[in-house]
Amino acid sequence: MKKATQVIITDRKMWKDYVLLSLKSPQIASKALPGQFLMIRITPHSYPLLRRPISIHAVEGENIAIFFQKSGIGTNILGLRKKKEMLDILGPLGNGFGLKGDFSHKKTVLIGGGRGIAPLFFLANSLADRKAEIRTFYGGKTSHDLPLKEKFEANGLKVFCSTEDGSFGYKGLITDYFNSEIRQSRPDRIFACGPDAMLKTIADIAAKENIPAELSLESIMGCGIGACWGCVKRLKKDGVTGWFRICQEGPVIPADQIIWAEKDK
Amino acid sequence: MTDLSIDLGFMKLKNPVIAASGTFGYGIEFTPFIDLNNLGGFVVKGLYYSPREGNPPPRLVETPSGLINAIGLQGIGVKRFSEEILPRLIDYNTSIIINVCGEHEDEYAAVVDLLNHQPGIAAYELNISCPNVKKDGKCPALDPKTTYSVVKLIKKSSTRPVITKLSPNVTDITEIAFSAQEAGTDAVSLVNSFLAMAIDPNTRKPRLTNIFGGLSGPAIKPIALRMVYQVACRLKIPVIGMGGIFNGGDALEFLIAGARAVEIGTANFIDPEATVKIIDELDNFCRERKIGKLETIIGTMK
Repeated sequence: MKKATQVIITDRKMWKDYVLLSLKSPQIASKALPGQFLMIRITPHSYPLLRRPISIHAVEGENIAIFFQKSGIGTNILGLRKKKEMLDILGPLGNGFGLKGDFSHKKTVLIGGGRGIAPLFFLANSLADRKAEIRTFYGGKTSHDLPLKEKFEANGLKVFCSTEDGSFGYKGLITDYFNSEIRQSRPDRIFACGPDAMLKTIADIAAKENIPAELSLESIMGCGIGACWGCVKRLKKDGVTGWFRICQEGPVIPADQIIWAEKDK
Repeated sequence: MTDLSIDLGFMKLKNPVIAASGTFGYGIEFTPFIDLNNLGGFVVKGLYYSPREGNPPPRLVETPSGLINAIGLQGIGVKRFSEEILPRLIDYNTSIIINVCGEHEDEYAAVVDLLNHQPGIAAYELNISCPNVKKDGKCPALDPKTTYSVVKLIKKSSTRPVITKLSPNVTDITEIAFSAQEAGTDAVSLVNSFLAMAIDPNTRKPRLTNIFGGLSGPAIKPIALRMVYQVACRLKIPVIGMGGIFNGGDALEFLIAGARAVEIGTANFIDPEATVKIIDELDNFCRERKIGKLETIIGTMK
């Protein structure tokens, strides 16, 4: 039986708005796939009530890591948790990035917007193990929104950065940077995680260029296990159009299955 | 060994803990986490005759110790349920209860007619109280006459016991409950969620696309408990209590107030094992106090 478990926080790194927690969980570390997520309980009390869905950022031996932005009451409280404290987690959950087939010398592009960079580190390491060629695009509003740049580079990964205010790297949206770069070298596969508007642009580019793309979607989740039907997005899957549960179908969804909302257009 | 079994008259439960509709999927979603055989029963997600698309997201908003949902009863419809899901459930040794929905009275009847021919179902829970299907929160359970009418109709065609699920969004819930009893329902379950809303002050937009949703979770427990107590005092038929039950202590409050069984809802989202943990806690409570039969505690508020 799957169970929510109490795990110990083995390390914490903090930036202004971002937090990285390492958790000791040999069980999850041995099973987790890039793109999967955890449901994390914020408090044993009733407020905030719901667990928070947070993607698995890295697997290192018996440890797993999560990386998140302090953006609401839940993640702010989670950011206060310290080394040696226990955390109640449920996972790994959901379907990750498609890594079947031969990636050897395949050109892959990973695009992370803000906190959306989180699952791409785990993915990049898996793709590196498969001998893929990897370019990572990492965009933020300002230079403070790119805390993981060095971590990627320390792992020998090439990172292309952009900021909307021009305080670091390419000035503008990461999707514009990516769009200009792929003209020089066309990727075979695209993987992305970030805000819906960013993902929508990537889906459009991928469709135009006819490049398979997989997008990790974010959604408010009640349970993460398919029971509440709260996390739905509009998909067209096997000829059926409707509201699909992101926790069950995703969070990683092929770009050509997603039907974008008006506000993302 | 404590005897946790409960006799509702029309149905025996191995214990009073039932997973509530809309929080437990179709049951099978929970098989990776708990053994369904341990439950008193579970109520599957509300079924209409036809598949239903549900509301556009956002469908959920968290509030202090609560959750407002406006799922809109998205579902696969009773035909697909009977063909694809029910056969996977009927071998479980627990009471399977089907939450029956309808746009109008004929649809409730059509769902029940179809399910009457299916094996393995212990009872129907008549959902006349979902607050987030119609834009203004309207549902039959807001009025004693419409409550009476739907219950009477379904009791005529049902081959199984009928539990009527009541709405708390009324002036006097005992009046609606009495109406359901007069129409012949075998039991009532209460409460469904409270009609509620939330606004984002920055955008001035409602947090839910549907504007209104149903509030559940610990925030509603004291009000739900009061309503269960009032209804249990007035009715002759069994009352199934629910509303923000998160642990054994919460469940005991409802039983002591007069509920003969309890449903566990929102707690399933936070801990998929919530139901079985509550059963263990009820067992421990009885053992520590040398209570041989849990049923003896029902309606014993001093």
